[in-house]
Amino acid sequence: MSALTTDHAASEVRSPASFVASRVFIYGALVFWAFICLFPIYWTVTTSFKVAVDVTQGHLVPFVDFQPDWKGWRSLGLSPDSIFETSTVRDEFLKRFMNSVITSVGASSLALVIGSLAAYGLTRYRYQFALFKNEDISFFFLSQLILPPVVLALPFLVLYREVALLDTRIGLILLYTLMVLPIVIWIMRDQFNSIPVELEEAALVDGLSIWGAFLRIVVPIALPGMVAAFILAMVLCWNEYFFAALLTSTDAKTIPVMVASQTGSQGINWWSMAALATAAITPLAVIGIALERYLIMGMTAGSVK
Amino acid sequence: MADQTSTADAWPASAADLIPPGRKRLGRALVAVATLGLLAIIAVQILYKSEASTIGFETWQPVVYAYLLWGVALGIGQVMTRGESGQRALFLLPALLFTIAMVIFPTLFGLYIALTDWNLSSFSGRRFNGLDNFWQMLGDPYYRNALFNMVLYVLAVLVEYVIAFSLALLLNAQIRARKFFRVVFLMPLMLSPVAVSWMIGKSLMEYRFGPAATLARHLGWENPAFFSDPTTARISIMVLDAWTFIPFMMIMLLAGLQAMSREVIEAARVDGANAWQSFWQVTFPLMLPVSLTAVILRIIFKLKLADIIITVTSGGPGGATDSVSSFIYREYRDRSNVGYGTMLAMVYLVIIIVFVTVLLKVANRFVRNVN
Repeated sequence: MSALTTDHAASEVRSPASFVASRVFIYGALVFWAFICLFPIYWTVTTSFKVAVDVTQGHLVPFVDFQPDWKGWRSLGLSPDSIFETSTVRDEFLKRFMNSVITSVGASSLALVIGSLAAYGLTRYRYQFALFKNEDISFFFLSQLILPPVVLALPFLVLYREVALLDTRIGLILLYTLMVLPIVIWIMRDQFNSIPVELEEAALVDGLSIWGAFLRIVVPIALPGMVAAFILAMVLCWNEYFFAALLTSTDAKTIPVMVASQTGSQGINWWSMAALATAAITPLAVIGIALERYLIMGMTAGSVK
Repeated sequence: MADQTSTADAWPASAADLIPPGRKRLGRALVAVATLGLLAIIAVQILYKSEASTIGFETWQPVVYAYLLWGVALGIGQVMTRGESGQRALFLLPALLFTIAMVIFPTLFGLYIALTDWNLSSFSGRRFNGLDNFWQMLGDPYYRNALFNMVLYVLAVLVEYVIAFSLALLLNAQIRARKFFRVVFLMPLMLSPVAVSWMIGKSLMEYRFGPAATLARHLGWENPAFFSDPTTARISIMVLDAWTFIPFMMIMLLAGLQAMSREVIEAARVDGANAWQSFWQVTFPLMLPVSLTAVILRIIFKLKLADIIITVTSGGPGGATDSVSSFIYREYRDRSNVGYGTMLAMVYLVIIIVFVTVLLKVANRFVRNVN
């Protein structure tokens, strides 16, 4: 991709005026859409520094329209003046935050391990299980993608109560693993297909077992794909709300459930809502900026031949 | 379990015939013992729960552990009895056992629940009532409305597709700071839909002071209430959902555009096609397979739409914005109606499977006809 080379073959043909017009249009559209993407984030972050009157009067620009205040963060126990005091809200928030971290990292790791193994097996060997061959098994895994959460939610509610997994992090991890497994298998199958079989054949000749060849030769090569699958799985698990809202109540509640349950009895505390929302989206915003390359790699796996 | 037919091109012949018979017997015995153990625990538990015996566990959790142990024993048994081809089966086994346990069993259980009048808040417990839930569903105007909404929500994907395609074209043009714009455009996909829809739906679009409402007033809409009448509320939900998911399609389409060879476009230019013609006659047809993949994946995600609706409108006003998932969610949350809710979910699953299958078939044929 020749990103920033500006020798347009076409611009020589066209008149300068129409060239300028098209530039203006392109950058105008880009800036407009960037505004649409960023303004809600800007609004969320700034609202967490507003007091009631600034919210209701719709003030927008800090230091010009309104004087920033730590009110929202103080209500979470995370402002500079309250960070060293004990705060039940902060403990609650940190607990939810840890729940989110543990469930999303746990589920993504589990899905990555069993999904990579299955994808590797399916790309390299031929299986037959009763009437089902490789294609059928692949289809079975990938078809889980269309299964809407709502179909499994109520049976799981009842089953989890029976096996004492309701409101536990393990229970959520298992469900999230199921949710992201088809995506991991999809990405990893694409990855393994792009690695030449000759590498492993050479390793086998050198005396490695098939698992040795997989772990020592294939995994290091497929690592970028694994990172991509992991990040994508992470994003989906972190943002998941439906199962978490149904299957957790006190112990295993995650951040999205906490955000959604913030409607107090006397109206909404916008500033604390905004602070909470900011805290909920920050980790992924950071990941998104830092690891954007892998995210794109994961999303485009298998779609472009 | 998994029998491999090693083909000539795949791998060197395995050393399966070198396994001593003693090891084979040991492996078989291990699997047999594990299977018997699992069945025994299940039997003990059933007897205990049906109060036919006094020995047993309080919950079914030991059965889960037993299943795990059985899976491990099965894996070891495979390697012991079948050597290298057993090792190959080991790649597939964990995912297969996991998915079967997590999908097949709950779905079958769900089918059973769907045929009962189970309400968690009533004391009478569950009673088998055949197809009563199904007949009740046929007469339920709210469920029909939710299904109708799903049709509208799915149709909105086409608009999202147009926007996503335009954005992909913009990002694929000769621009500076491409990486910056790509990261910014990708941002909405990363953020928690619940947190964002809270902030957008409940505060940015708030009737009195939200900037979106203020802007709408400036643009001449006198009464910018985004969630009070059914049509506007539906459109608002679509916009919120589109905001989150447009980047997803955009990235796939952008990858398709970048994979396209530049020579084709240049050739069209040389032949005298203007930008509009070369888009419709070259770019768009070449992008068709990627477009269909993106749209179908997006539709599949759309069919699961729930969290935004639950947080922003809870289905209101009067159920007008309900998706099927959010409706069933409330059926459980507000009325604890597990039996009926599960029946609705099962019917929805059948509709989805039929719809997606037809969609894939049509898409396949479409691509084949065009190319």
